[in-house]
Amino acid sequence: METKNIMIVGVGGQGSLLASKLLGHILLEQGYDVKVSEVHGMSQRGGSVVTYVRYGDRVASPVIDRGEADYIVSFELLEAARWLEYLKPGGQIVTSTQRIDPMPVITGAAEYPEGLVEKMRAAGAKVDALDCLALAEEAGSSKAVNIVLLGRLSHYFDLPEEAWQRSLEALVPAKFLDLNRRAFALGRDA
Amino acid sequence: MKQLMLGNVAAARGLYEAGVAVASSYPGTPSTEITEELAKYDEVYSEWAPNEKVAMETAFGASLAGKRSFCGMKHVGLNVAADPLFTVSYTGVNAGMVIAVADDAGMHSSQNEQDSRHYARSAKLPMLEPSDSAEALAFAKKAYEISEEFDCPVFLKMCTRIAHSQSIVETGERAEPPAKPYEKNIAKYVMTPANAIRRHPKVEERMEKLARFAETTELNRVEEGSDHTTGIITSSTCYQYVKEVCGDRFPILKLGMIWPLPEKKLRDFAASVTAVTVVEELDGFIETYLRELGIACSGKALFPPLGEYSQNLVAEKLGLPVHKGAALGETLPPRPPAMCAGCPHRGMFYTLSKNKCTVLGDIGCYTLGAAAPLNAIEMTLCMGASVSGIHGYNKALGAESEHKTVAVIGDSTFMHSGMTGLANIAYNQSNSTVIILDNSITGMTGHQQNPTTGYNIKGDPAGKIDLEALCKAMGFTRVRVVDPYDLAACDKAVKEELAADEPSVIISRRPCALLKYVKHNPPLRVDTDKCVGCRSCMRIGCPAISFKDGKASVDQTLCVGCGVCEQLCGVHALESNAKKEE
Repeated sequence: METKNIMIVGVGGQGSLLASKLLGHILLEQGYDVKVSEVHGMSQRGGSVVTYVRYGDRVASPVIDRGEADYIVSFELLEAARWLEYLKPGGQIVTSTQRIDPMPVITGAAEYPEGLVEKMRAAGAKVDALDCLALAEEAGSSKAVNIVLLGRLSHYFDLPEEAWQRSLEALVPAKFLDLNRRAFALGRDA
Repeated sequence: MKQLMLGNVAAARGLYEAGVAVASSYPGTPSTEITEELAKYDEVYSEWAPNEKVAMETAFGASLAGKRSFCGMKHVGLNVAADPLFTVSYTGVNAGMVIAVADDAGMHSSQNEQDSRHYARSAKLPMLEPSDSAEALAFAKKAYEISEEFDCPVFLKMCTRIAHSQSIVETGERAEPPAKPYEKNIAKYVMTPANAIRRHPKVEERMEKLARFAETTELNRVEEGSDHTTGIITSSTCYQYVKEVCGDRFPILKLGMIWPLPEKKLRDFAASVTAVTVVEELDGFIETYLRELGIACSGKALFPPLGEYSQNLVAEKLGLPVHKGAALGETLPPRPPAMCAGCPHRGMFYTLSKNKCTVLGDIGCYTLGAAAPLNAIEMTLCMGASVSGIHGYNKALGAESEHKTVAVIGDSTFMHSGMTGLANIAYNQSNSTVIILDNSITGMTGHQQNPTTGYNIKGDPAGKIDLEALCKAMGFTRVRVVDPYDLAACDKAVKEELAADEPSVIISRRPCALLKYVKHNPPLRVDTDKCVGCRSCMRIGCPAISFKDGKASVDQTLCVGCGVCEQLCGVHALESNAKKEE
């Protein structure tokens, strides 16, 4: 099987680590070779962050390059647009519609671009945009955006739901499991 | 059991399985997790040392005593530890000693992208370089065998992509290495000139033996290919990029031991192909050696000497198809890292910016004080350079600069390399003002304890160095503590200490807002009836404050209620939710 590529992008501190952990867990359980690349240190401080998840029969490079991502999962609209060039032609974007102003917008040096979903579609991307923050709050916590997004991503995968549930159970602390199950279901069925 | 493991965690696992007993490191991205992970094993004594030199000497002491030891650091940390490094190469070791060094091509979190491989060559020590987590684990174990067989410390060289990517590993059991009781041996361990002169030939002999070892070790392997027009010599993450784009097409000499290099193996490989291409990030280290041997090759003429590589870059340079995606076709606002909402550094940087101070900076989260809109830092070089630098700056300019220049340095960085600079100010008497930004943690690398926090690497109570007492003991009479959330107090302290005719230390003290034990206040809200849209609150560059429809707006999920913006609002439009309820 050819290597498949998933990018998880967002703003430092948004919880992409758990999302990539869950993906790594489920893909490993399916018997794939898996590599996951993370960003630590300076750029975590509110900067643009990216995690690469790759799986297949044999994965060599730990990173995903321009034009290679089958999926881009984004916590924030501007970040989805920023990494668009990494999407494979015909690839799928799954993004939260949340907007977080970067410092140049806060200081007034730049403006937050409008119409990003339409622009990404015009560039040829398939875009599934939903208000993951609202769904996470509906599930019980604004911090569950990562699991809502993962639930949405699962919608595109040919994997039994039990497999996703098993990975949730394996990686989420027991006291947050129900909350995360709700968040996953809200994303998957949105 | 197969499991996904971060490269650094796998390296730690390898060290553990090899029976490491003592580990001493200073945190530094991308090396930090190796030691953090080791600290989880009860069989290993682990610690954060004040700096890399201390860490390496501690590891050497443990090796001398007969226990397998480890120290880990980032590339620039190895500069700090270079002093013991070059001489421990002469003494050799007793029990095995491994030094992990992690390079940061692309400078994800570093001030330069130096290539640490040169240290192996110049200090005359072997260096292993894994290309994934499984190799990180295996090479860490192998490094101890080599260390004890050849009587020298061994480098385990990581890079950002190997350190911070997860791939599949299979773990083993910990083996207790054979005991190596310490034996007094003055000729070996006391490096006076007379003894060192006798050790140096042994170093050269050792390197010759290691070069022979490099010819036969499985660490260096040839992978056959179908197309012999090109042969590729590579290592580390570059090997993975080459495999990604070439598969099994070209023969590959994959080097797991990057120094010393196997002359015969290189010659034989070159003879088996029409042309040799070297794929290596940063400097042409392997390429230079090939050229010394008279082996024709292409390397840096083709590949850049800077930044990280990737599969597309390797494909492009080898003339293979490159993947392309569609960009949005417009310039998007960048999202640089910024000080967090509630960051205790913000209030002090606002004060320094407002007072138009010349600020000499240092290494840590607070380097972000150089970013817009605060633009408060004018120099950042290396750990400790703010304190030594201000002394030189003031000696050069005298009264012209003394009353408007400050050095800023974090608590951990101060313990690392700031104390000696402060000693110079005290001793050689420059009228310098040093601000210790004490957020009670080593922040940028992800919250490690340090000698001022009162806790050790495991989070247990430990010795705690009293910064005020330390500065006073050095002879500073003007030492004061301020709360950086209190802008009036910061302003007063900065003005008074700059005006004083003797050197002073201001300790700007408040714990990092991200620490779990820090209690936050309710978020502030903007009273839109009162807000006149003057943007005063925007001058502090808080990520929680934005401007919407001509008024300030506070993100309720980000704001931690530090109240710094409240103090800047002339019309009292920013109010805490708690106050409103009263």
